[in-house]
Amino acid sequence: MYAQMIKTASNGIKPREEMSEEERAFQDKIDNDIKIEPRDWMPEDYRRTLIRQIGQHAHSEVVGQLPEGNWITRAPTLERKAILLAKVQDEAGHGLYLYSAAETLGVSRDELIELLHEGKMKYSSIFNYPTLNWADIGAVGWLVDGAAIVNQVALQRTSYGPYSRAMIRICKEESFHARQGYDAIRAMAFGTPEQKRQAQDALNRLWFPALMMFGPSDAESTHSEQSMAWKIKVKSNDELRQQFVDQTIPQIEYLKLDLPDPNIKWNEARGHYDFSEPDWPEFFNVIKGNGPCNVDRMKDRVAAWDDGEWVREGLLAHARKKAARKVAAE
Amino acid sequence: MKNEWPLWEIFIRGQHGLSHRHVGSLHAPDAEMAVKNARDVYTRRNEGVSIWVVEAKHIAASAPSEKGPLFEPSESKIYRHPTFYDIPDEVGHM
Repeated sequence: MYAQMIKTASNGIKPREEMSEEERAFQDKIDNDIKIEPRDWMPEDYRRTLIRQIGQHAHSEVVGQLPEGNWITRAPTLERKAILLAKVQDEAGHGLYLYSAAETLGVSRDELIELLHEGKMKYSSIFNYPTLNWADIGAVGWLVDGAAIVNQVALQRTSYGPYSRAMIRICKEESFHARQGYDAIRAMAFGTPEQKRQAQDALNRLWFPALMMFGPSDAESTHSEQSMAWKIKVKSNDELRQQFVDQTIPQIEYLKLDLPDPNIKWNEARGHYDFSEPDWPEFFNVIKGNGPCNVDRMKDRVAAWDDGEWVREGLLAHARKKAARKVAAE
Repeated sequence: MKNEWPLWEIFIRGQHGLSHRHVGSLHAPDAEMAVKNARDVYTRRNEGVSIWVVEAKHIAASAPSEKGPLFEPSESKIYRHPTFYDIPDEVGHM
């Protein structure tokens, strides 16, 4: 979900005749749904593409805490506050599972964080949109985590063992995220007219950014082919987006909110809802760093990392001193 | 020298008297903090009643290339499984 526009580290798919014996054995394992594990042989491009994808996914989990953290102190009730805290804590955990999966590929977590802070890696475009009021927090859980689930359920079948296991664990926890979001937005949609207006406004503003989370349309998505062959990517961007739209429309209708796009219509022949494409120039602009919150998000991330440095160093110095003392005593 | 916290592998015993099972890894400055972090990361929903932590560098593992010599010999030894033996029905459950 949280990985968009991952550039595959290769130029198109290598024909089987051109593969080395190792490459052929590797592709056979993938075709037979045998998971690739950290110490197995793998093509360098597979490893590099995975580091990019899992790294971006991990960064998204961590940066994704910021728009929600914004509302922890202002949650409307103690119960909502406890729920939001638990969700934000989960996101930190999800980041950790994913950094750990990336680390099995020979890159360290600190290296990945450095690349993010230097602007050499990205996180999902969705977190560059602001959360203006409490209804946005409900909408984020419902739509953003809902979209994440669609993508992550597919990725449970990904070919790389540690990534797949991280996805399975994350999906178990993510369903709580989507449900608490829907519960929060439902309270508003059936609340006072002003609450209903805010719920509608949140849906209208976050709908298209949520659709963008799946990345550009398949026609524009130039790097997908090799990733699909390696089963790093399991379904195409458009397939996942359609699945999300189909499952979300009935949820909107239940809330008796207006659909956020006048072109949403059931298409009997396709067996799917038709809908408008998001504003792709806006998407590419946000990816480039010009979204409403890009600068703030990076500033907050870097500040959190820099401000925590003395803690990380202090704890490590203490651990080393303790270990040295133990050796001396023995 | 890079001041990165070492990596720890985390093993959790679930609720039902099972063995500790590998659940993932995390970074921590020492074993004590690794246990505390593991509690926060891996047992937020009643997943466990006991935690083991092992610094990742201390784990020795078999190499993937040894898979054949190590594990294939057992494939042909079907007599090691109880199902290899026919026990007459008259004898009853064994």
